[in-house]
Amino acid sequence: MAQIAAPLQTVSLRFRPSVSTRVRNWQLATGLALVLGLALIGLLGSLAVGESGLKLGTAGFVKAPTLERPFGTDGSGRDIGVFLLHAVLPTMKIGLIAGGIGTAVGVVFGLLTGFLRGPIDSIVRTAADVALAIPALAVLVVISAYVHVQSVELMAVVVALFAWPFPTRSIRAQTLALREQGFVEIARLSGKGELLIAFTEILPNLLPYIIAGFVASVFGGILASVGLQLLGLGPRLVPTLGLMLEEAFQAGAIVRNLWWWWGAPTATLILLFIGLFLISLGLDEVANPRLRRARR
Amino acid sequence: MGLTLGYVVRRLALFVLIVWITATINFLVPRLAPGDPMGAVLGRMESQGQKIDNAGEIIAQYRRFFGLDEPLPVQYVKYLSALTRLEFGYSLAAFPAKATDIVARALPWTLGLLATTTLLAFALGSTLGALLAWPRSPRFVRGLVPVAMVLAAIPPYLKAILLLFLLAFTFPVFPAFGTSQIGKIGAEAFDNFLDAIYHSALPALAILLSGIGAWALGMRGMMISTVGSDYLMLAEAKGLPPARIFFRYGMRNAILPQVTALAIALGHIVTGTALVEIMFSYPGVGLLLYRSITDNDFVMIQAITFMLVLAVATMALLIDLLYPRLDPRIGYARR
Repeated sequence: MAQIAAPLQTVSLRFRPSVSTRVRNWQLATGLALVLGLALIGLLGSLAVGESGLKLGTAGFVKAPTLERPFGTDGSGRDIGVFLLHAVLPTMKIGLIAGGIGTAVGVVFGLLTGFLRGPIDSIVRTAADVALAIPALAVLVVISAYVHVQSVELMAVVVALFAWPFPTRSIRAQTLALREQGFVEIARLSGKGELLIAFTEILPNLLPYIIAGFVASVFGGILASVGLQLLGLGPRLVPTLGLMLEEAFQAGAIVRNLWWWWGAPTATLILLFIGLFLISLGLDEVANPRLRRARR
Repeated sequence: MGLTLGYVVRRLALFVLIVWITATINFLVPRLAPGDPMGAVLGRMESQGQKIDNAGEIIAQYRRFFGLDEPLPVQYVKYLSALTRLEFGYSLAAFPAKATDIVARALPWTLGLLATTTLLAFALGSTLGALLAWPRSPRFVRGLVPVAMVLAAIPPYLKAILLLFLLAFTFPVFPAFGTSQIGKIGAEAFDNFLDAIYHSALPALAILLSGIGAWALGMRGMMISTVGSDYLMLAEAKGLPPARIFFRYGMRNAILPQVTALAIALGHIVTGTALVEIMFSYPGVGLLLYRSITDNDFVMIQAITFMLVLAVATMALLIDLLYPRLDPRIGYARR
């Protein structure tokens, strides 16, 4: 009975969040502010400055920040501020697509295998164990070395190849706990089909876990894509934070102490990662009320 | 109950499955990609202005070695049998060096860095995490939770950039790059050892800080559920020393899920380490992978990724086989 209390309580929290819970969950609030703030700045900023600063060689080469160009310029003669504003949303897009695919696959696999069990369960569980055990970077490097990834969407799909095992495992574990509960038994007695029970009775109770898992997958997607880009694998024609970082690193911006060049993408990525991390921690706490005890 | 034969067999089968699937992906991806893999590689290298004197020889050797003219199933079997001997053929960029030999030279550097930082981060992070949740911890310790969150959130490769900037250039405490000459002989061996540590300090720090944050947060979550347990209250009522209660009763039980998490996180840790190596030009497998990608050295890329997967799968296997000694309740009838 203790297990059922957690998800049910969270669902009611989601729909009627009490003021005290909202105020106390500072991780969620700070994280949302950071991520949504960055997205808004990226959206409005890139519209406001236009694309002229993105052209190569138009802004002067490797110039330190001035009043006119407060973020300086890079080695290709672009305005780093303009580039940065244009890079925020595509970077987030990679994470959103990869995280979305990973979570969707994870929900379907986890729900079906956890609820229906049987041989499909063994197969999917083994596949997830295998995919978790392989260092994603190793296989992603091989794939992106041969398949020349030039679009943000393809990059996201490649990264998503390793985004599903973790959601699958956690959704499956929660489903296993839920399927033994009384309300599932009652639904079964009332003659509902198994699939209908899975999607109408179990799925709504999993919502907090799914959202928390989605944010974690977005984090993982951006982490992996920036990692691949640092290796020089990834779209080079679309502005992304990973591309900025790789270009700065390639040009030896750190060694040459061109702090504005590597500093802008590094700082933005750090804010983005901290924001996403805090959101997923905050959602974890919503989904798992036991964690709340520690804050008193 | 401990280790049962059925569990060992199942776990070994999973290990073989992991290695086999990786090998198969490595086999299929180049062949599914359009065009002749070798011709494409050499063509690309030549179009980039690299002169290849022995292109014909490499292609002939490669074709003979992998039997690229034969039907795909035959190629596949030959490929797998070569892999069991860890044969990958010759590096394209450093012909006539064998890929296996090049990777073998870099592997100890990576494994050394990996083992040291992972064990240290796990021990320090878990202890810190347990203290974060322990009711008797001083107030300032519990205030470290946000610090752990920030440490865990920033990926190691971004920490590497910040550490380079702070400790190698702004305040040059540590060297920024690589290691000194490897392989000096005799009396200087100990100096070499110290020098290697000195040069590894910054990469290690970048990985450590991330690890400590992540393990601390995980352990804090486990410890929170442990703190209310009856056996802790009993231990306290018996008048056991607080340190004993903390380590032997609290941490001992809370750490079990952390060990399982360690086996799962290994792949992640290796990825982080590889990228940090590149940032610091540390002479390990990660840097080698980066150079191989820049050189379009596909033989090397395949060799490195396969060896990495092999290393990670082996470590995870060891952890999983040792786990029943930590948690005797586990009989592994069904997970």
